[in-house]
Amino acid sequence: MSNDKKGSVSQIVKEQDKQTRNDNYNQYVKQITPKFNMWKNMVKAFLVGGIICTIGQFFINYYMSLGADMELAKLYNTLSLVFLSILLTGLGIYQKLAKFGGAGTLVPITGFANSVAAPAVEYKSEGQVFGIGCKIFTIAGPVILYGIFSSWVLGIIYYILKLLNIVK
Amino acid sequence: MSEDNNKSKMVGKQSVMFQNPPCIIAASSIAGKKEGEGPLGSLFDVIQEDALLGKKTWEEAESELMKEAASKVLQKAGLKNKDIRYLIGGDLLGQLIATSFGIAEMEIPLLGIYGACSTMGEAMSIGAMMVEGGFADRIIAITSSHFAGAEKQFRMPLDYGNQRPYSATWTVTGSGAVIIEDRKFNKNNNEKVVSIKGVTSGKIVDYGLKDSMNMGAAMAPAAYETIKQNFEDFNIKPDYYDKIITGDLGYVGKNILIDLLKEQGYDISGNHMDCGIEIFDKESQDTHAGGSGCGCSAITFTSYILKQLKEGSWKRVLFVPTGALLSQVSFNEGNSVPGIAHAVMVEAE
Repeated sequence: MSNDKKGSVSQIVKEQDKQTRNDNYNQYVKQITPKFNMWKNMVKAFLVGGIICTIGQFFINYYMSLGADMELAKLYNTLSLVFLSILLTGLGIYQKLAKFGGAGTLVPITGFANSVAAPAVEYKSEGQVFGIGCKIFTIAGPVILYGIFSSWVLGIIYYILKLLNIVK
Repeated sequence: MSEDNNKSKMVGKQSVMFQNPPCIIAASSIAGKKEGEGPLGSLFDVIQEDALLGKKTWEEAESELMKEAASKVLQKAGLKNKDIRYLIGGDLLGQLIATSFGIAEMEIPLLGIYGACSTMGEAMSIGAMMVEGGFADRIIAITSSHFAGAEKQFRMPLDYGNQRPYSATWTVTGSGAVIIEDRKFNKNNNEKVVSIKGVTSGKIVDYGLKDSMNMGAAMAPAAYETIKQNFEDFNIKPDYYDKIITGDLGYVGKNILIDLLKEQGYDISGNHMDCGIEIFDKESQDTHAGGSGCGCSAITFTSYILKQLKEGSWKRVLFVPTGALLSQVSFNEGNSVPGIAHAVMVEAE
């Protein structure tokens, strides 16, 4: 192992061709840079993501117990989770959760809400228009744009398939 | 005669050796709360508990840091604004916000510079050359960085939930300043004189690394080339120095630097130190690869390093602040992260 490393360092220092040197350097850096333990991270993400979804289920059950039907309860659930996420973002707690939970906090709707609320907090100082207005979607923007765009493409495909009587 | 004079100051390819080494007569260090809680906490002049310093924005807060560092260094030297010929400084914010707004009130001619986190080395190099060349009797070299301001400028909003990789560094909140003075003003009292013997200015060095979250690895080749050049230009070996001190390579970059130099036959593993590693306690402060930012090398130099020199624990130091010259635009456009490092030879007499 240590011999491997030695070999690669001399391939960086002695290499005359810049591109090859850079490739060797990138490879060497990859070898020596410490990384997260993926399995440990996955367990943590599963745990935190699972807890968030369980809270979601709790909200659904609760709203249904108040007399809402499934559709309405789901909507209220989304609103509740988004509200909680924004509240925790504002209090600086969501960042800490994410540091532990990784993708577990990113994938549920709470992650999306966080990615909108965080720039709003950050850029507040630059004003309502140029600060919050322009920059609120700096992280979530691509998701919104390409989300809407791909629904539009799928809609057209669906329309064509319908005309051809392939789907109902 | 004068031509001879100028010629003899240039050494080797990239270095300057001063005939009358200018002196560092005072230094100040203003640190943030987290830095104050770190291993060097007791050495800083001022520790700011409030990250916003009573201001409304991160940019104003960093400007205030710089203003405090400048006034503190003047106060410690017993000097007034008018005694300073030039301010040479810069920071990490877009178009040097902290420098422009921080020291506006001081009414001292300013040369604003950008060298990313190598700014302190660059400012001290230019300052020493100006003073020794007779273009100024006294200058202030100053720089600052702020964790929140840098995150906003280069990375993600603070409250955005993500995980920092182990190779990521933590931007130091702090500002450091030194006054460099012409030797002839030296009062020659009992205290040890700390002077700048020479400088080696760095080239931009880019080994094609694109990961902006691994700046130690992006900057290590620059530090390697500047330090190697310093050895060659002055025809010296690593043991000439008691310490070879890089700015903010962190744990990842430190190992790379030592590896690269070893391959050239220079072993600095015994006397290398990195400000980014010294300033935080990695385990208890959760800073991953170490500290970074202009303030990192600046406040470590103006507190810890100068103290060691003054107390006689070290005699010769090569101070090499390192900078990663990336911007959000260059990063988004798929460019690699170029590095730069400026070496300043500081000695206690």
